[in-house]
Amino acid sequence: MAGQSGSQLSLFTPDEVEFVAEDELVEIVPNLRMDSLNFICGDYGPFYPQIAIQVPLWLALALKKRGKCTIRPPQWMSIENLTQVLEGERESHAFQTLPFHYVEISRLLFDRARDDIPDVYMVRSLVEDIRDVRFHKVETNLENFTNSSLVLQWKNMAAMEVNIIRAFSGRALQAFYRHENEQAVPDLDRTQDRQPQNLNDRPRVCRSFCCIPIFPLHHWIDKIVFISCLLDYCPTIVFLWRAYCLFVVPLQRNLRPR
Amino acid sequence: MDSGTGEGSTSFTDDYETFISTTDVDLLKRAWRNEKAAPEILQYEAALVHRIKEQIELAEQNVEASEADGEDPLTMSLYQMDLDRTQFLLRSYLRVRLQKIEKYIFHILKTDESLNRLSDEEQTFAASCGDDLRAHLKETVLSKLPTDYNSELKQSAASEEDDMVPAPRLDSFVICKARQYISGLDFEPEYSHEITEMERDLLTFVCYKFIKKPLENGKIDLV
Repeated sequence: MAGQSGSQLSLFTPDEVEFVAEDELVEIVPNLRMDSLNFICGDYGPFYPQIAIQVPLWLALALKKRGKCTIRPPQWMSIENLTQVLEGERESHAFQTLPFHYVEISRLLFDRARDDIPDVYMVRSLVEDIRDVRFHKVETNLENFTNSSLVLQWKNMAAMEVNIIRAFSGRALQAFYRHENEQAVPDLDRTQDRQPQNLNDRPRVCRSFCCIPIFPLHHWIDKIVFISCLLDYCPTIVFLWRAYCLFVVPLQRNLRPR
Repeated sequence: MDSGTGEGSTSFTDDYETFISTTDVDLLKRAWRNEKAAPEILQYEAALVHRIKEQIELAEQNVEASEADGEDPLTMSLYQMDLDRTQFLLRSYLRVRLQKIEKYIFHILKTDESLNRLSDEEQTFAASCGDDLRAHLKETVLSKLPTDYNSELKQSAASEEDDMVPAPRLDSFVICKARQYISGLDFEPEYSHEITEMERDLLTFVCYKFIKKPLENGKIDLV
Protein backbone atom coordinates (compact mmCIF):
# COMPACT_ATOMS: atom_id res chain seq x y z
CA MET A 1 0.00 0.00 0.00
CA ALA A 2 2.19 2.79 1.28
CA GLY A 3 5.66 1.32 1.11
CA GLN A 4 8.07 2.03 -1.69
CA SER A 5 11.58 2.36 -0.34
CA GLY A 6 12.37 -1.15 0.83
CA SER A 7 10.68 -3.65 3.09
CA GLN A 8 12.79 -2.65 6.06
CA LEU A 9 11.57 0.71 7.27
CA SER A 10 14.78 2.09 8.67
CA LEU A 11 17.10 1.27 5.79
CA PHE A 12 18.17 3.88 3.29
CA THR A 13 18.81 2.67 -0.25
CA PRO A 14 22.00 3.89 -1.92
CA ASP A 15 19.84 6.01 -4.22
CA GLU A 16 18.37 7.80 -1.24
CA VAL A 17 21.84 8.47 0.15
CA GLU A 18 22.81 9.84 -3.25
CA PHE A 19 19.67 11.99 -3.24
CA VAL A 20 20.76 13.59 0.02
CA ALA A 21 24.29 14.06 -1.32
CA GLU A 22 23.01 15.90 -4.39
CA ASP A 23 22.16 18.89 -2.23
CA GLU A 24 25.83 19.61 -1.52
CA LEU A 25 27.11 22.82 -3.08
CA VAL A 26 29.68 22.77 -5.89
CA GLU A 27 31.21 25.52 -7.97
CA ILE A 28 30.34 25.82 -11.63
CA VAL A 29 31.34 28.15 -14.45
CA PRO A 30 28.30 28.71 -16.65
CA ASN A 31 28.62 29.58 -20.31
CA LEU A 32 25.23 31.21 -20.65
CA ARG A 33 23.34 34.14 -19.26
CA MET A 34 20.34 33.24 -17.11
CA ASP A 35 18.18 35.06 -14.60
CA SER A 36 18.18 33.93 -11.00
CA LEU A 37 16.28 30.75 -10.22
CA ASN A 38 13.89 30.90 -7.27
CA PHE A 39 13.56 27.30 -6.24
CA ILE A 40 11.69 25.94 -3.25
CA CYS A 41 15.06 24.85 -1.90
CA GLY A 42 16.70 28.24 -2.32
CA ASP A 43 17.59 31.00 -4.74
CA TYR A 44 20.51 30.67 -7.15
CA GLY A 45 21.86 33.03 -9.73
CA PRO A 46 21.79 35.18 -11.74
CA PHE A 47 24.16 33.32 -14.03
CA TYR A 48 26.73 35.22 -16.10
CA PRO A 49 29.08 33.58 -18.60
CA GLN A 50 32.52 32.74 -17.14
CA ILE A 51 31.59 33.94 -13.65
CA ALA A 52 31.87 31.11 -11.08
CA ILE A 53 28.88 30.44 -8.84
CA GLN A 54 27.93 27.94 -6.15
CA VAL A 55 24.94 25.71 -6.89
CA PRO A 56 23.65 22.37 -5.60
CA LEU A 57 25.15 19.29 -7.22
CA TRP A 58 21.89 18.19 -8.88
CA LEU A 59 21.55 21.58 -10.58
CA ALA A 60 25.20 21.51 -11.67
CA LEU A 61 24.79 18.04 -13.19
CA ALA A 62 21.57 19.06 -14.98
CA LEU A 63 23.28 22.10 -16.50
CA LYS A 64 26.36 20.06 -17.38
CA LYS A 65 24.22 17.45 -19.14
CA ARG A 66 22.79 20.16 -21.36
CA GLY A 67 26.25 21.56 -21.98
CA LYS A 68 25.55 24.84 -20.23
CA CYS A 69 28.40 24.88 -17.75
CA THR A 70 31.64 23.33 -16.60
CA ILE A 71 31.96 21.98 -13.08
CA ARG A 72 35.00 22.86 -10.99
CA PRO A 73 36.01 19.82 -8.94
CA PRO A 74 35.93 20.59 -5.21
CA GLN A 75 39.12 21.45 -3.31
CA TRP A 76 39.38 18.09 -1.61
CA MET A 77 39.43 16.29 -4.97
CA SER A 78 42.87 17.52 -5.99
CA ILE A 79 45.63 14.94 -6.46
CA GLU A 80 47.82 16.45 -3.72
CA ASN A 81 45.05 16.42 -1.15
CA LEU A 82 43.91 12.91 -2.01
CA THR A 83 47.47 11.55 -1.89
CA GLN A 84 47.90 13.13 1.52
CA VAL A 85 44.60 11.68 2.71
CA LEU A 86 45.51 8.24 1.40
CA GLU A 87 48.84 8.28 3.23
CA GLY A 88 47.09 9.42 6.39
CA GLU A 89 44.54 6.61 6.08
CA ARG A 90 47.25 4.01 5.65
CA GLU A 91 49.31 5.22 8.58
CA SER A 92 46.77 5.83 11.29
CA HIS A 93 43.79 3.93 12.70
CA ALA A 94 41.57 6.98 12.68
CA PHE A 95 39.66 8.20 9.64
CA GLN A 96 40.99 11.25 7.83
CA THR A 97 38.77 14.25 7.35
CA LEU A 98 36.78 13.93 4.17
CA PRO A 99 33.40 15.38 3.26
CA PHE A 100 30.54 13.30 4.57
CA HIS A 101 29.32 12.52 1.06
CA TYR A 102 32.68 12.15 -0.63
CA VAL A 103 31.79 8.77 -2.17
CA GLU A 104 28.59 9.95 -3.81
CA ILE A 105 30.01 13.28 -4.98
CA SER A 106 33.09 11.69 -6.51
CA ARG A 107 31.06 8.98 -8.22
CA LEU A 108 28.60 11.46 -9.73
CA LEU A 109 31.40 13.69 -10.97
CA PHE A 110 33.29 10.77 -12.50
CA ASP A 111 30.17 9.57 -14.26
CA ARG A 112 28.91 12.84 -15.64
CA ALA A 113 31.67 15.45 -15.53
CA ARG A 114 34.73 13.42 -16.40
CA ASP A 115 36.21 16.03 -18.75
CA ASP A 116 36.14 18.72 -16.07
CA ILE A 117 38.50 16.86 -13.74
CA PRO A 118 42.21 17.14 -14.48
CA ASP A 119 44.01 13.74 -14.41
CA VAL A 120 40.73 11.97 -13.90
CA TYR A 121 42.23 8.45 -13.96
CA MET A 122 44.71 9.30 -11.23
CA VAL A 123 42.04 10.96 -9.11
CA ARG A 124 39.71 8.04 -9.64
CA SER A 125 42.26 5.47 -8.59
CA LEU A 126 43.17 7.52 -5.50
CA VAL A 127 39.53 7.74 -4.45
CA GLU A 128 39.08 3.99 -4.97
CA ASP A 129 42.16 3.27 -2.85
CA ILE A 130 40.94 5.58 -0.11
CA ARG A 131 37.55 3.84 -0.13
CA ASP A 132 39.20 0.42 0.16
CA VAL A 133 41.48 1.42 3.03
CA ARG A 134 38.67 3.10 4.93
CA PHE A 135 36.30 0.21 4.49
CA HIS A 136 38.96 -2.19 5.67
CA LYS A 137 39.26 -0.06 8.80
CA VAL A 138 35.49 -0.17 9.24
CA GLU A 139 35.55 -3.97 9.05
CA THR A 140 38.39 -4.16 11.59
CA ASN A 141 36.48 -1.90 13.95
CA LEU A 142 33.41 -4.09 13.63
CA GLU A 143 35.41 -7.01 14.95
CA ASN A 144 35.99 -5.04 18.12
CA PHE A 145 32.33 -4.96 19.05
CA THR A 146 31.99 -6.33 22.53
CA ASN A 147 29.09 -6.60 24.88
CA SER A 148 30.26 -3.50 26.67
CA SER A 149 30.12 -1.30 23.60
CA LEU A 150 26.66 0.13 23.98
CA VAL A 151 27.63 3.58 22.82
CA LEU A 152 30.07 3.66 19.93
CA GLN A 153 31.50 6.81 18.52
CA TRP A 154 33.32 7.09 15.23
CA LYS A 155 34.84 10.21 13.87
CA ASN A 156 34.77 11.16 10.20
CA MET A 157 33.01 8.12 8.80
CA ALA A 158 31.31 8.85 5.48
CA ALA A 159 27.64 8.50 4.60
CA MET A 160 27.97 5.55 2.24
CA GLU A 161 30.15 3.59 4.67
CA VAL A 162 27.62 4.19 7.43
CA ASN A 163 24.81 3.04 5.19
CA ILE A 164 26.58 -0.19 4.25
CA ILE A 165 27.03 -1.33 7.83
CA ARG A 166 23.87 0.19 9.21
CA ALA A 167 21.70 -2.94 9.09
CA PHE A 168 24.36 -5.35 10.28
CA SER A 169 25.77 -3.24 13.08
CA GLY A 170 22.31 -2.26 14.30
CA ARG A 171 21.23 -5.87 14.65
CA ALA A 172 24.57 -6.96 16.12
CA LEU A 173 24.50 -4.28 18.80
CA GLN A 174 20.88 -5.06 19.52
CA ALA A 175 21.73 -8.75 19.97
CA PHE A 176 24.53 -7.85 22.39
CA TYR A 177 22.24 -5.52 24.29
CA ARG A 178 19.49 -8.12 24.53
CA HIS A 179 21.81 -10.86 25.74
CA GLU A 180 23.27 -8.58 28.33
CA ASN A 181 19.93 -7.41 29.63
CA GLU A 182 18.00 -10.62 29.27
CA GLN A 183 17.17 -10.61 32.94
CA ALA A 184 15.79 -7.09 32.78
CA VAL A 185 13.60 -7.93 29.76
CA PRO A 186 11.19 -10.64 30.93
CA ASP A 187 8.23 -10.96 28.61
CA LEU A 188 8.81 -7.96 26.41
CA ASP A 189 9.97 -10.33 23.68
CA ARG A 190 6.53 -11.81 23.48
CA THR A 191 5.18 -8.68 21.90
CA GLN A 192 7.41 -9.25 18.87
CA ASP A 193 6.02 -10.74 15.70
CA ARG A 194 7.72 -14.07 16.30
CA GLN A 195 6.54 -17.11 18.20
CA PRO A 196 7.12 -16.39 21.87
CA GLN A 197 8.32 -19.89 22.62
CA ASN A 198 11.41 -19.75 20.45
CA LEU A 199 12.34 -16.27 21.61
CA ASN A 200 12.19 -17.16 25.28
CA ASP A 201 14.23 -20.24 24.54
CA ARG A 202 17.02 -18.29 22.89
CA PRO A 203 18.71 -16.60 25.87
CA ARG A 204 18.48 -19.70 28.03
CA VAL A 205 19.97 -21.88 25.36
CA CYS A 206 22.83 -19.46 24.72
CA ARG A 207 23.67 -19.27 28.38
CA SER A 208 23.87 -23.04 28.65
CA PHE A 209 26.29 -23.10 25.72
CA CYS A 210 28.67 -20.70 27.33
CA CYS A 211 28.74 -22.89 30.44
CA ILE A 212 29.98 -25.96 28.61
CA PRO A 213 33.72 -26.02 29.29
CA ILE A 214 35.02 -27.17 25.95
CA PHE A 215 38.21 -25.23 25.60
CA PRO A 216 39.31 -24.03 23.08
CA LEU A 217 35.92 -24.04 21.37
CA HIS A 218 34.16 -21.57 23.69
CA HIS A 219 34.94 -18.61 21.50
CA TRP A 220 33.45 -20.55 18.59
CA ILE A 221 30.26 -20.86 20.65
CA ASP A 222 30.07 -17.12 20.94
CA LYS A 223 30.71 -16.67 17.23
CA ILE A 224 28.14 -19.24 16.17
CA VAL A 225 25.50 -17.91 18.55
CA PHE A 226 26.26 -14.38 17.43
CA ILE A 227 25.98 -15.26 13.75
CA SER A 228 22.90 -17.37 14.30
CA CYS A 229 21.15 -14.54 16.08
CA LEU A 230 21.89 -12.39 13.12
CA LEU A 231 20.70 -14.91 10.61
CA ASP A 232 17.61 -15.77 12.62
CA TYR A 233 18.16 -19.44 12.03
CA CYS A 234 18.85 -19.75 15.70
CA PRO A 235 16.51 -22.63 16.49
CA THR A 236 18.01 -24.86 13.78
CA ILE A 237 21.63 -24.05 14.51
CA VAL A 238 20.95 -24.15 18.22
CA PHE A 239 19.51 -27.63 17.85
CA LEU A 240 22.41 -28.87 15.74
CA TRP A 241 24.95 -27.34 18.10
CA ARG A 242 23.25 -28.88 21.09
CA ALA A 243 23.27 -32.27 19.44
CA TYR A 244 26.97 -31.83 18.67
CA CYS A 245 27.79 -30.87 22.26
CA LEU A 246 25.79 -33.61 23.85
CA PHE A 247 26.80 -36.50 21.64
CA VAL A 248 29.92 -35.82 19.60
CA VAL A 249 32.12 -33.95 22.05
CA PRO A 250 32.03 -36.53 24.85
CA LEU A 251 32.99 -39.15 22.27
CA GLN A 252 35.89 -37.01 21.15
CA ARG A 253 36.98 -36.52 24.71
CA ASN A 254 36.98 -40.26 25.32
CA LEU A 255 38.91 -40.95 22.21
CA ARG A 256 41.46 -38.14 22.65
CA PRO A 257 44.81 -39.45 23.95
CA ARG A 258 45.75 -37.97 27.39
CA MET B 1 27.73 39.91 12.84
CA ASP B 2 29.70 40.68 16.00
CA SER B 3 31.82 37.83 17.21
CA GLY B 4 30.61 36.68 20.60
CA THR B 5 33.01 36.67 23.48
CA GLY B 6 31.32 34.19 25.77
CA GLU B 7 29.91 30.72 25.19
CA GLY B 8 26.35 32.03 25.39
CA SER B 9 26.69 34.64 22.69
CA THR B 10 28.55 32.31 20.28
CA SER B 11 25.86 29.69 20.55
CA PHE B 12 23.26 32.41 20.05
CA THR B 13 24.90 33.57 16.83
CA ASP B 14 25.27 29.93 15.69
CA ASP B 15 21.57 29.34 16.31
CA TYR B 16 20.62 32.57 14.62
CA GLU B 17 22.71 31.79 11.56
CA THR B 18 21.25 28.32 11.38
CA PHE B 19 17.79 29.82 11.77
CA ILE B 20 18.11 32.29 8.95
CA SER B 21 19.88 29.92 6.58
CA THR B 22 17.78 26.78 7.04
CA THR B 23 15.20 26.44 4.33
CA ASP B 24 11.98 24.51 4.66
CA VAL B 25 13.44 21.85 2.39
CA ASP B 26 16.34 21.38 4.81
CA LEU B 27 13.90 21.02 7.68
CA LEU B 28 11.82 18.53 5.69
CA LYS B 29 14.93 16.56 4.79
CA ARG B 30 15.90 16.40 8.45
CA ALA B 31 12.38 15.33 9.47
CA TRP B 32 12.41 12.68 6.72
CA ARG B 33 15.73 11.21 7.84
CA ASN B 34 14.71 11.16 11.48
CA GLU B 35 11.41 9.52 10.65
CA LYS B 36 13.04 6.89 8.46
CA ALA B 37 15.71 5.96 10.97
CA ALA B 38 13.60 5.94 14.13
CA PRO B 39 11.90 2.70 15.19
CA GLU B 40 8.76 4.42 16.47
CA ILE B 41 6.62 7.13 14.95
CA LEU B 42 7.70 10.68 15.70
CA GLN B 43 5.74 13.90 16.14
CA TYR B 44 4.03 15.08 12.98
CA GLU B 45 5.46 18.33 11.64
CA ALA B 46 2.14 19.95 10.80
CA ALA B 47 3.33 23.51 10.24
CA LEU B 48 6.28 22.43 8.11
CA VAL B 49 4.20 20.14 5.90
CA HIS B 50 1.59 22.86 5.45
CA ARG B 51 4.22 25.40 4.36
CA ILE B 52 5.85 22.94 1.98
CA LYS B 53 2.50 22.06 0.43
CA GLU B 54 1.82 25.73 -0.23
CA GLN B 55 5.24 26.23 -1.79
CA ILE B 56 4.78 23.16 -3.97
CA GLU B 57 1.39 24.40 -5.19
CA LEU B 58 2.87 27.80 -5.97
CA ALA B 59 5.73 26.21 -7.88
CA GLU B 60 3.35 23.99 -9.83
CA GLN B 61 1.29 27.02 -10.84
CA ASN B 62 4.46 28.82 -11.93
CA VAL B 63 5.56 25.91 -14.06
CA GLU B 64 2.16 25.68 -15.74
CA ALA B 65 2.07 29.42 -16.34
CA SER B 66 5.53 29.50 -17.87
CA GLU B 67 4.69 26.49 -20.01
CA ALA B 68 1.69 28.37 -21.38
CA ASP B 69 3.83 31.45 -21.96
CA GLY B 70 6.37 29.44 -23.90
CA GLU B 71 9.34 30.26 -21.70
CA ASP B 72 12.82 28.90 -22.06
CA PRO B 73 12.50 25.07 -21.78
CA LEU B 74 15.79 24.84 -19.87
CA THR B 75 14.56 27.05 -17.02
CA MET B 76 11.26 25.20 -16.99
CA SER B 77 12.91 21.81 -16.73
CA LEU B 78 15.11 23.04 -13.87
CA TYR B 79 12.09 24.32 -11.98
CA GLN B 80 10.39 21.00 -12.64
CA MET B 81 13.41 19.12 -11.24
CA ASP B 82 13.37 21.17 -8.06
CA LEU B 83 9.63 20.59 -7.75
CA ASP B 84 10.11 16.82 -8.23
CA ARG B 85 12.80 16.68 -5.57
CA THR B 86 10.65 18.48 -3.00
CA GLN B 87 7.63 16.37 -3.84
CA PHE B 88 9.69 13.20 -3.40
CA LEU B 89 10.78 14.30 0.07
CA LEU B 90 7.24 15.11 1.14
CA ARG B 91 5.78 11.92 -0.29
CA SER B 92 8.49 9.73 1.20
CA TYR B 93 8.03 11.37 4.61
CA LEU B 94 4.29 10.74 4.57
CA ARG B 95 4.79 7.21 3.23
CA VAL B 96 7.22 6.24 5.97
CA ARG B 97 4.76 7.46 8.57
CA LEU B 98 1.93 5.49 6.99
CA GLN B 99 4.11 2.37 6.88
CA LYS B 100 4.84 2.73 10.58
CA ILE B 101 1.17 3.26 11.38
CA GLU B 102 0.25 0.12 9.46
CA LYS B 103 2.99 -1.88 11.16
CA TYR B 104 2.07 -0.89 14.71
CA ILE B 105 -1.62 -0.17 14.22
CA PHE B 106 -3.00 -1.65 17.43
CA HIS B 107 -0.18 -0.28 19.54
CA ILE B 108 -0.75 3.24 18.24
CA LEU B 109 -4.50 3.06 18.76
CA LYS B 110 -3.94 1.87 22.30
CA THR B 111 -1.34 4.43 23.38
CA ASP B 112 -2.43 8.05 23.75
CA GLU B 113 1.12 9.28 23.42
CA SER B 114 1.51 7.70 19.97
CA LEU B 115 -1.96 8.78 18.88
CA ASN B 116 -1.18 12.40 19.69
CA ARG B 117 1.83 12.29 17.40
CA LEU B 118 -0.33 11.67 14.35
CA SER B 119 -1.97 14.35 12.26
CA ASP B 120 -5.76 14.46 12.02
CA GLU B 121 -5.84 12.67 8.68
CA GLU B 122 -3.47 10.02 9.97
CA GLN B 123 -5.66 9.46 13.02
CA THR B 124 -8.69 8.93 10.78
CA PHE B 125 -6.63 6.55 8.67
CA ALA B 126 -5.39 4.68 11.74
CA ALA B 127 -8.89 4.31 13.16
CA SER B 128 -10.37 2.99 9.92
CA CYS B 129 -7.35 0.74 9.29
CA GLY B 130 -7.66 -0.67 12.81
CA ASP B 131 -11.36 -1.30 12.35
CA ASP B 132 -10.79 -3.03 9.02
CA LEU B 133 -8.04 -5.23 10.44
CA ARG B 134 -10.11 -6.13 13.47
CA ALA B 135 -13.09 -7.02 11.29
CA HIS B 136 -10.88 -9.08 8.97
CA LEU B 137 -9.28 -11.03 11.82
CA LYS B 138 -12.67 -11.64 13.43
CA GLU B 139 -14.18 -12.87 10.22
CA THR B 140 -11.35 -15.14 9.17
CA VAL B 141 -9.94 -16.54 12.39
CA LEU B 142 -11.15 -15.20 15.70
CA SER B 143 -14.81 -16.00 15.40
CA LYS B 144 -13.87 -19.65 14.99
CA LEU B 145 -11.80 -19.78 18.16
CA PRO B 146 -13.22 -20.44 21.64
CA THR B 147 -14.37 -17.37 23.57
CA ASP B 148 -11.32 -17.21 25.77
CA TYR B 149 -8.98 -16.96 22.80
CA ASN B 150 -10.80 -14.74 20.35
CA SER B 151 -9.41 -11.36 21.27
CA GLU B 152 -7.09 -9.72 18.78
CA LEU B 153 -5.17 -7.99 21.56
CA LYS B 154 -4.59 -10.78 24.05
CA GLN B 155 -3.40 -14.29 23.47
CA SER B 156 -5.96 -15.68 25.85
CA ALA B 157 -8.31 -14.36 28.51
CA ALA B 158 -5.70 -15.33 31.07
CA SER B 159 -3.09 -12.88 29.67
CA GLU B 160 -2.58 -9.88 31.88
CA GLU B 161 -1.48 -7.49 29.19
CA ASP B 162 -2.08 -7.10 25.49
CA ASP B 163 0.54 -9.53 24.30
CA MET B 164 -0.70 -9.97 20.75
CA VAL B 165 0.12 -6.35 19.94
CA PRO B 166 3.58 -5.80 18.42
CA ALA B 167 5.21 -2.73 19.88
CA PRO B 168 8.07 -0.77 18.32
CA ARG B 169 11.45 -1.91 19.63
CA LEU B 170 12.86 1.07 21.45
CA ASP B 171 16.06 -0.79 22.20
CA SER B 172 17.07 -0.97 18.56
CA PHE B 173 20.29 0.79 17.68
CA VAL B 174 20.42 3.91 15.56
CA ILE B 175 23.17 6.11 14.19
CA CYS B 176 23.00 9.75 15.13
CA LYS B 177 24.87 13.02 15.18
CA ALA B 178 24.49 15.73 17.76
CA ARG B 179 23.91 19.23 16.42
CA GLN B 180 25.44 20.82 19.47
CA TYR B 181 27.30 19.70 22.53
CA ILE B 182 24.96 17.67 24.71
CA SER B 183 25.64 17.27 28.39
CA GLY B 184 24.32 14.61 30.73
CA LEU B 185 21.39 16.81 31.74
CA ASP B 186 19.76 16.45 28.34
CA PHE B 187 19.36 12.70 28.69
CA GLU B 188 16.86 10.86 30.82
CA PRO B 189 18.24 10.35 34.32
CA GLU B 190 17.82 6.58 34.19
CA TYR B 191 20.19 6.36 31.22
CA SER B 192 22.71 8.84 32.51
CA HIS B 193 25.11 6.13 33.59
CA GLU B 194 25.16 4.67 30.09
CA ILE B 195 25.65 7.87 28.14
CA THR B 196 27.03 11.00 29.74
CA GLU B 197 27.67 13.41 26.93
CA MET B 198 27.83 13.77 23.20
CA GLU B 199 30.09 15.99 21.19
CA ARG B 200 28.94 17.87 18.18
CA ASP B 201 29.07 16.19 14.79
CA LEU B 202 30.44 12.88 16.06
CA LEU B 203 28.85 9.77 14.57
CA THR B 204 27.40 7.74 17.41
CA PHE B 205 25.87 4.26 17.41
CA VAL B 206 23.51 4.22 20.34
CA CYS B 207 20.38 2.56 21.65
CA TYR B 208 17.34 4.52 20.49
CA LYS B 209 15.74 4.90 23.91
CA PHE B 210 18.84 6.62 25.31
CA ILE B 211 18.57 9.50 22.85
CA LYS B 212 14.80 9.71 22.63
CA LYS B 213 14.58 12.84 24.77
CA PRO B 214 17.27 14.93 22.98
CA LEU B 215 15.78 13.82 19.65
CA GLU B 216 12.38 15.21 20.61
CA ASN B 217 14.05 18.46 21.60
CA GLY B 218 15.73 18.71 18.23
CA LYS B 219 19.29 18.45 19.54
CA ILE B 220 20.14 15.23 17.74
CA ASP B 221 19.74 14.19 14.12
CA LEU B 222 19.46 10.59 13.07
CA VAL B 223 21.62 9.71 10.11
